Formats: sequence, structure tokens, C-alpha cells
Amino acid sequence: MKVDSGFLHTLHLGGEFDANLCMNCGTCTALCPLGIELMPRKLFRRVLLGDKESVVGQSETIFSCLLCRMCESNCPAGIHIAENVRSLRTYLNHEVYGLAEA
Amino acid sequence: MPVPIQSTLGMLGDNLKKRHSALPIGRKAAIGWTRGLDIPRGGETVLYTGQMWQMVPAINAMAGRLAKYEKSGSTRLFGFARSMNKLVNLTPFLARSTPAERKAFDDRLRNIARLLQAAGVKFGYLYEKDLYSGALAYDEGLDENFSAHARYVYGVLKEAGVKRLITVDPHTTNMLRSVYPKHVPGFDFEVRSYLEVLAEHTLPTRKSLDRSATIHDSCVYARYEGVLEPPRKLLAGSGVALAEPELSGKLTFCCGGPLETLFPSKSHEIATKRVEQLKAVSPKVITACPLCLANLSRAAPADVDVKDISDYLAEAHLPAEA
Ligand code: SF4
Ligand code: SF4
Repeated sequence: MKVDSGFLHTLHLGGEFDANLCMNCGTCTALCPLGIELMPRKLFRRVLLGDKESVVGQSETIFSCLLCRMCESNCPAGIHIAENVRSLRTYLNHEVYGLAEA
Repeated sequence: MPVPIQSTLGMLGDNLKKRHSALPIGRKAAIGWTRGLDIPRGGETVLYTGQMWQMVPAINAMAGRLAKYEKSGSTRLFGFARSMNKLVNLTPFLARSTPAERKAFDDRLRNIARLLQAAGVKFGYLYEKDLYSGALAYDEGLDENFSAHARYVYGVLKEAGVKRLITVDPHTTNMLRSVYPKHVPGFDFEVRSYLEVLAEHTLPTRKSLDRSATIHDSCVYARYEGVLEPPRKLLAGSGVALAEPELSGKLTFCCGGPLETLFPSKSHEIATKRVEQLKAVSPKVITACPLCLANLSRAAPADVDVKDISDYLAEAHLPAEA
């Protein structure tokens, strides 16, 4: 795994990425209608580790989030999970897809 | 083979930038629903559709096409489509809906406007200046496109002298009420959903519906905007006895609609699951969002009747349209 220290930095600048407060309880994944093991807890772990490569490799999963906030309804840390996923999309659009023009 | 994310989002961003809409649908499709309703132009309080209801038949048709691409794997076309789309607007070709579908969705807008009129609410409409909110671009993280578009919409509203907006779907409500103020300096309009407005007024009663049904809360009304009581109050006042599904209110289960364009089969899978949950309580399902309505209807078997809340309210409080 390659750690990319600039990765987290860019994300923090982009929005309200607050997954660093996550307590790793897994409630979100149990509630998520997608039923994808990675979503959302493990995805955030990878982001927090600075594992940019594997996060970029999961772009399809990132774009499959419904932004439905079911996960947030019982998150003990009150994390803005959907907003975090949205920041990852913004990141991918900018840094990977080159879709940043206004 | 999934639908290529980059090209699809690229087209969306290009359309918003060049045509101020995600899915340019043309003037007639956007404002044709107002025919004969005598809604004054402009004013301080306006009904703002953000073109969501009008766009759904086209989104439906497009999702159908995209699902075929998803299966066939012929996705190379997409990069080409995006570059062509910059020159000529391709989306109407990709998204062709039938007149009957369009009428079904236009009729909901007509009913909503007529309900507000019947309740004595004074409002105008911006007609060709009733623009799309950019909700999809925001959700997909196209922040620059979205912000530029939001500032454009703000300019249009200010110039028209608008102060209060009455919205008719959860996504536009959320954008204008909670997202725009963070992205557009000075955005200070009062934004309320027509359900919130109607719940504060008295509607003339024509008939009590005397039937039971279940309700599907939209994620956005329930968990983003806290609009839970108004639909329940309005339905109770129309003689509908609601049986709540196990997952309802703040714990409502998504209809799958947001995935319609990029992941049509996943979207259908989630909708089917939701229909099962609702059906366990009642075969009559009431939605309050055009996307929930479309997505759940598509997944519903013949013995499940999915209708919008405005259908029920119109039946209870309005004379039938000629
Ligand atoms: S917002 Fe995304 S991660 Fe959270 S429950 Fe919904 S689909 Fe899952
Ligand atoms: S529910 Fe909240 S605290 Fe628990 S794993 Fe998910 S994000 Fe972390």
C-alpha cells in the first residue's frame, strides 16, 4: 500500500471530511441499503490511511452511494457520512476525471 | 459493464453550464403544465418546480436506455457522445418519453398548484425562469458546475423580485433551503415545501377518502429537511388511515432513485426491496417525491398501487379536471 499524504490534505480543503472521528463500530455498514461491505466504514479507513490508490480504484463504489443518510441515523459519532462521500466524489472529479471546470 | 461515470457526469456538467439544465427538456415540456391555470407571472411568492417533475419522464426514458448500455457493454459510445453533446444537445435523443407519461407527471404539478389555489395561497410562477436547481450536479460532486449554476439561479430570482419560494419536491427544497445558502453569498429567500404550506391552511373538503394506505418517506424530506408531519397531517385530513412501514420517518429506506442513471440495475434492486417492505403493510403506497414515485412504480408488481400524495389530496379536496 502506498501512503499519499497529500490525499487527505486535499480532501480536508475540499469540504467537511470528518470521518477521522469514526469509532469504527460498523453500525453504518449494517444499515446501508447498498449492502456493500466496503461502505462506508472501510472506505473511510482507507481514506484516513492515505491509501489513495485503493480509494481511486473504488470510484464505482463511491458513486454508488445513495446519499440517503440511513447510515447517519444511528452513527454514535455523528459523522456526516453522506457529505464525506460527496467530498470523495468531488476529489475524484477533480483529480482523476478532470471534470473541475465551472 | 457499468455506465461510464466520467462521460455521463461530463455531459451533465456541460449541460448545466451551457443550457442551465441537467436534461434540457425544452420550453413546452417545462412550462406546458400551467395551461389554463391562470397563475400570474412572478411576484414575491412563487411556486418553484426546479423542473424536477417535468424532467422525470425523460430521466425514466434515459435510465431505460442506459440500462441497455449497462447490459450490452457498448460503452465506448459515451466519450463520443460527450464531445458531440458540447456542440449539439444530445440528451433529448437519449431521453425520449411518451406523451402519456409526460401528462401523468404534469398533472401532479397541476394538482399541486390547484391545491394551493384552493387553500387561498397567493403565488405566482416564473415560467421560463423556473430553472433546475442543479441537485444532481451537487450530489455527484460537480461542485464548480453547481456553484456557478446556483449563482446564476440566484441572479434570476433577485432580478424577478422574488422573496419566498414554494417548492414541490424534496430535492429542490433541500437545494434551495439548505445548500444554496452555503454556496451563494446573500441567498436569503424563504423556502418551504408545498406540503408545509398546505398543512397550515384549510382545504375545502369534497369527499373523505375513507381508505387505508402506507407512506414512503423520501430520504431527503425525512433526514435532510425534517418534513415528516405535514404529509401525515394532510392525509389524515383527507380521510386516509396510514399504516406506517417498519422503516419509516427518520429511518425510511431509500427508493434507489439516486442510482438510476449510473447504476440502473442496483437502483432497481433497492426499489424492489423497498416495495416489499411497503407491501407488507399495505398495497397502497403513497410517495411525496417524483423520483421515489417513478422508481417505486417501476419496481412495483401489478397488485401494488403507487401514487403521489398530491393524487390523494386532489381527490379529497378538488373537483375533477374537465
Ligand atoms: S448515505 Fe451512502 S453509505 Fe450511507 S447508508 Fe446511504 S448509501 Fe449507504
Ligand atoms: S456508524 Fe459512525 S462511528 Fe460507527 S463505523 Fe460508521 S461512521 Fe464510524
